[in-house]
Amino acid sequence: MDTFLHQVLSGLATGGIYASVALALVMIYQSTHLVNFAQGELAMFSTYIAWSLINAGLPYWAAFFLTITIAFASGVAIERLIIRPVEQAPVLALVIVFIGLLVLLNSLAGWIFTYTIKSFPSPFPEKSLLANTYLSSHELGAMGVTLVVLVLVYVFFRFTPLGLAMRAAAQNPESSRLVGIRVGWMLALGWGLASAIGAIAGMMVAPIVYLDPNMMSGILLYAFAGALLGGIDNAWGAVLGGFVVGVLENLAGAYLVGTELKLSVALVIIIGVLVVKPSGLFGRVLVTRV
Amino acid sequence: MAANLVATVNTHKSALRRRQFLLLALFLLLLGILPFLLSNYRVFQLTLAIAYAIALLGLNMLTGYNGQISLGHGAFYAIGAYVAAILMDKFGVPYWLTIPVAGMVCLGAGFLFGLPALRLEPLYLALATFALGVSLPQILKYKHLEAWTGGVQGIVIAKPDPPPGLPLNQDQWLYFFSLAIALVLFWAAWNLLRGRVGRAMLAIRDHPIAAEAMGVNAALYKSLTFGVSAMYTGIAGALGAITIQFVAPDSFNVFVSITFLVGIVVGGLASISGAIYGALFIQFVPNIADQISKSAPWAIYGVLLISFMYVMPMGIAGFIRLVRARLRRRFNHKD
Repeated sequence: MDTFLHQVLSGLATGGIYASVALALVMIYQSTHLVNFAQGELAMFSTYIAWSLINAGLPYWAAFFLTITIAFASGVAIERLIIRPVEQAPVLALVIVFIGLLVLLNSLAGWIFTYTIKSFPSPFPEKSLLANTYLSSHELGAMGVTLVVLVLVYVFFRFTPLGLAMRAAAQNPESSRLVGIRVGWMLALGWGLASAIGAIAGMMVAPIVYLDPNMMSGILLYAFAGALLGGIDNAWGAVLGGFVVGVLENLAGAYLVGTELKLSVALVIIIGVLVVKPSGLFGRVLVTRV
Repeated sequence: MAANLVATVNTHKSALRRRQFLLLALFLLLLGILPFLLSNYRVFQLTLAIAYAIALLGLNMLTGYNGQISLGHGAFYAIGAYVAAILMDKFGVPYWLTIPVAGMVCLGAGFLFGLPALRLEPLYLALATFALGVSLPQILKYKHLEAWTGGVQGIVIAKPDPPPGLPLNQDQWLYFFSLAIALVLFWAAWNLLRGRVGRAMLAIRDHPIAAEAMGVNAALYKSLTFGVSAMYTGIAGALGAITIQFVAPDSFNVFVSITFLVGIVVGGLASISGAIYGALFIQFVPNIADQISKSAPWAIYGVLLISFMYVMPMGIAGFIRLVRARLRRRFNHKD
């Protein structure tokens, strides 16, 4: 029982990371109806920026918020400069642009910061306040940060005029334009927010998986799976999906097949769920009118 | 999409016109001469490009013609490669006999995978296939299968000799062998896609409900397309394995699947010739990027990829179609 609890809790801890990247994916999906394959690499790059800032002598939290600001600005810039010119292109052409962005960012990070693995500091104290043997204080802190971000995103979309405008722009661009919403900028804002959330996720993951240009590749897959499991149009569902994937992965690794095949088993379970519930556990079922 | 559909139907309805026939003959002549002009290494690269072209044609049937996005075709490529390698290494089967076996195994695997995948929306299908692409290398490494797959070490296979009496070296022979298979498969695909089956596939892509109302059995066609597409990719995998003479789990990571997707979009979706352009792109452009910058070749590749999509969002085949239509319009004005 003790090991079981341990597996579940450490699964929750990694699940928190998947959840925050899944949240970033949902952000882009809600504003553009596209899955951004470069999301993980964006987060990785932002984490490198944070690392350079900390190395330059900035205190952790100053670097943290500065990185979020930079990530937000570069997210907006990427949408304006790279995505906007191909907005009207077929969906798959856009997917290829994302893949191009992915290899570009990955290679640039390797070139600028080298491929050697770096350690990244954690903002949380060594000694856990809630003294327990299951979770490190960083894992606990990272989960807390994820939940705070989730609440902020929820409040932003639910209670602010800007959040309402963004939802409207995503759902019905033509009508939104008629009531005076600048749809193009709402998309750019969505990219900025997703990039900022990705940066937070990256900074929370880096102390656990260490910093290197490929640190996000596995995480993005799990986040994608989590987002789809929960329903890609639902922020709460995506976060819950991320946690579920983390726990499933750990339990499968511990009890079913060992670490070699845990990824495969987790994915098979997810696909099994999706075959039964094609729009995710909490996704809205779309009814098409003929 | 609609304009695209009309264009494809038009070009496919009229069988090969005279000028197209001449162009095709010239192209084949060029393909026949090339291996005698190039170094053995270039011939080897071209042989791989032929294998890629077959794989891309398979993926294009599924994604371009039938609208089902697959991020996991590298898995079928790997299955084909492993079937060929295991048959040759463990059972001493001659190399040419492994090709149809690899094709049949992948046809079955693809059809079975296509059945549950039918229920999934495009994005979820992308995830399911992506999962397949990610987990297959892990399964190949699995220790209880090691007796067959050779585990992480993989399997080394011997390079086939040309039949006695032919004045060809091994690389040239393999090139012509692959080319012959590619020609048969391209001819079969061309016949399949411009006929009744091809139109049914396009109809399912463009409007599934209307297609069903007109009596197209969408479930059957979708899983069959999945199977045939996997078969093409599996045959390509077998050819690729024989060409490289080596299979290992890590050479079939998910990047292979993504490269295939890049290939069909850059080459041109829903276009047979697009498979050839795409194959040349994924075979040679990484080398070119490597020559431009040794320190960050993939950054160059990424930039090239993005700029390609800027200039030709419909792929190379779409671009050529556009240019030809413009030229024709200009000439018609002069007449």
